[in-house]
Amino acid sequence: MRVHPYTGPAPQPPPYPTRYGRNLLSAVAIAIVFGYAAQVVELRPFELLRDIGNIGIFLKGYLHPSFAHLHEYAWQCLVTVCIALWGTVLALAIAIPLGMLGARNFSPHPLLYHCARRLMDIFRAVNEFVFALMFVTAVGLGPFAGMLALGVHTGGVLGKLLSETVEAIDPGQVEGVAAVGASRLHIISLSVVPQVLPNFLSYTLLRFESDIRSAAVIGMVGGGGIGFYLWDTIRAFNDREAATVILLIVTMVMGIDVISARLRRAVI
Amino acid sequence: MLRASYRGGPGEPGWADATVPVSPIITLEGVSKHFESTAALHNVSVTIPPGQFVAIIGRSGAGKTTLLHCLSRTTTVTAGSIHFGTCDLASLHGEMLRQHRARVGMIYQQFNLVKRLHVCDNVLVGRVPHLSGVAWWLALGRYFPAVHRDIALRCLEHVGLLNRAWQRTDTLSGGEQQRVAIAKVLAQQPQVILADEPVASLDLMNGALVMDTLRRVASETGLTVIATLHHVEYARRYADRVLGLRAGELVFDGFPAALTDAALRSLLGESPLQSEQPTPTATPETAWVVSS
Repeated sequence: MRVHPYTGPAPQPPPYPTRYGRNLLSAVAIAIVFGYAAQVVELRPFELLRDIGNIGIFLKGYLHPSFAHLHEYAWQCLVTVCIALWGTVLALAIAIPLGMLGARNFSPHPLLYHCARRLMDIFRAVNEFVFALMFVTAVGLGPFAGMLALGVHTGGVLGKLLSETVEAIDPGQVEGVAAVGASRLHIISLSVVPQVLPNFLSYTLLRFESDIRSAAVIGMVGGGGIGFYLWDTIRAFNDREAATVILLIVTMVMGIDVISARLRRAVI
Repeated sequence: MLRASYRGGPGEPGWADATVPVSPIITLEGVSKHFESTAALHNVSVTIPPGQFVAIIGRSGAGKTTLLHCLSRTTTVTAGSIHFGTCDLASLHGEMLRQHRARVGMIYQQFNLVKRLHVCDNVLVGRVPHLSGVAWWLALGRYFPAVHRDIALRCLEHVGLLNRAWQRTDTLSGGEQQRVAIAKVLAQQPQVILADEPVASLDLMNGALVMDTLRRVASETGLTVIATLHHVEYARRYADRVLGLRAGELVFDGFPAALTDAALRSLLGESPLQSEQPTPTATPETAWVVSS
């Protein structure tokens, strides 16, 4: 009779590694971190439940928007879109060179790599509102300052995303172009660009949507657009006008989201 | 350096407004390559006259790919020298190195084509080293002058893929992509073709088709082709000369007919694996695979 080769007593495997102690320590450490963070943010959920009615009283004033200045607000919405549009163009002008220099596999020199990375860090770390305050002192109040602020901040974000995308490309496709004796510029245009373009376009559209939202409030610090009116009406307790402005901002953001989602689908 | 002008297709009139370059004599003298403490190549000396189809066989890790990388000068040798004609590859840097790469057509196991580009654009990449002036700059935007586009289309026709010219490359099968890679090398008009496991990732029929195409190109252009191969039967069937590497050392150099089973055992060890994918003409007794 033929004996099945896998019958008989089971062999003894090496001991199963127990991680109870490590897991318990990790759980305690996580609990401490979250507990401390809750204390710092004054986490009081019961107070929210107790006084939630106050929000209703506050929102009551917003239930009847006034459309008396709709034309003016609509125009400011358009200004906001234009700020975001040119802000994104400026961001691309900053992001493409910085992103290529900041990609480890394409940077021509480690010094340039680190300089590009640190510059992008600074652009990202400083909020667009701070940049807006800075540019207002240079070019005065208005949409131009807002556009510059958005462009510089988004340039840092898109540059970082571009460098990460370039670092993740298939080196074989690059090698295939480099192997014919192509120059560095041809390698970038013929093998890197086709590989990173879909992702980078997608990131750019996402940032454009984000810039629309940022541009809508950057006016609060003098960057022009609908943000100024939002700030003005809220500060004056003009709830009906503020409701109109918020309604327009929500409509604008939703519209841009829908359009950019379609664009992204078409491109990718 | 120019041997003959030809048009129409390699071997036919009217193929291209170009001439077939003559392959240089390739001389390797005592070539060694070490990666830290590991010797990938050890004291390899061989001379390859123009026009030979040379197959390099050996187990995985025997140094086949390293030898090709040394020839394409993507890596430098640790000791010894490689000459293409009178040109010492070790002395090449910058623009001279780019010119050397333009003279060497590389075919890869994984094709290394830009997947999102059209098939024709991938073939046109081979024309980049031939561009100058405004055309050089226009190529950055993937615009190539009509004369180069015509050459690319003729190369595609030559490998039987003209009807796929405007398809995205990643929509093609593996065998078709490898033939596009061959068309790209044809468009490049190199002096030497190096093929790194050109059929290792292809099925039996596509592998044979690609090897047929390579052999035909070699015969028609008279260019030197150096290919690393896993399947010994392909080496027997297509090569003019076989080089066998074992642990970085050249242990076999001869005609395919001299590649007997005894020679194979000496090259590959006592128990070479029998091929799971014999070539269409191979019998199970003669079909060997160097390593999986």
